[in-house]
Amino acid sequence: MAKIRGAVTVNTDRCKGCNLCVVACPTKVLLLQPKEVNNRGYHFAYMAEPEKCIGCASCALVCPDACIEVYKVKIEE
Amino acid sequence: MDVNDILKPENRVYKKPTLLNDNHMHYCPGCSHGVVHKLIAEILEEMHAEEIAIGIAPVGCAVFAYNYIDVDWIEAPHGRAPALATAAKRLQPDKLVFTYQGDGDMAAIGTAESLHAANRGENIAMIFINNAIYGMTGGQMAPTTLLGMKTSTTPYGRRVDLNGYPLAITNLMAQLDGTCYVTRQSVHTPAAVRKAKAAIRKAFENSLQGKGTSVVEIVSTCNSGWKMTPEQANKWMEENMFAKYPIGDLKNE
Repeated sequence: MAKIRGAVTVNTDRCKGCNLCVVACPTKVLLLQPKEVNNRGYHFAYMAEPEKCIGCASCALVCPDACIEVYKVKIEE
Repeated sequence: MDVNDILKPENRVYKKPTLLNDNHMHYCPGCSHGVVHKLIAEILEEMHAEEIAIGIAPVGCAVFAYNYIDVDWIEAPHGRAPALATAAKRLQPDKLVFTYQGDGDMAAIGTAESLHAANRGENIAMIFINNAIYGMTGGQMAPTTLLGMKTSTTPYGRRVDLNGYPLAITNLMAQLDGTCYVTRQSVHTPAAVRKAKAAIRKAFENSLQGKGTSVVEIVSTCNSGWKMTPEQANKWMEENMFAKYPIGDLKNE
């Protein structure tokens, strides 16, 4: 069976750290930066466990600031 | 496979719609307005309606909507968005005219304009963001505030004897003969976002086809006004708001 791998990029300047993407992710890929903040002082989201991402775009759909881009590839085994 | 091998333009499946410009949105973190703005930008882009879309911005938190979505906008006085939309659509019948209103705009000060525009069957789409509170002015009680809900003007909760009952204005609109499509959606989960997108798209298409007024209510959160985190607000909305404002189509002709 072909395996699906995904990845997301977060526009860290736009992110407001609302945590909605972290909640929406079905495979618990995303987390908010525990210490680092962006230029507005928000703890932005990042891929904590990139290998788990399936590229389902759930995070991007619920993101109120449209800061997530989603990439997806199918790997033939 | 390394993450950098996946992050290539040819593998991209979702990106920020180009109609949503780079201005930093002034909304609070987690606000539903951002999601709805994004959906509108996506839909207008998919319909290739950039050049024919006219949005009517309300007064309320979404007053700066014209700064974020790169189509033509008119800023209406408080509550008068449907009146302006009526004029815009009648003067230019081939345009896609939509209003974007909050609950203060549609259910309080603009009730007359909204109901009468719907009753006349103007060929406009109305997007109604219902978060049961006046967000911009500091969390006061709105007509849509739930019974028992605490706001800055009802600190002990909304009471029937003092404040009356919550107003489900979308149900009123569904009874009018001028409306062709009245629905209630939310944007708190990925599935709900997809459904809301389909609903808004249908409303926009109805406007272009001249079928009558379409009303899309989005039951939303106001985490700052409700004094919750965005995830708590979503949960609270599911548990409380959906009882009074159930999700689904009220009218589909």
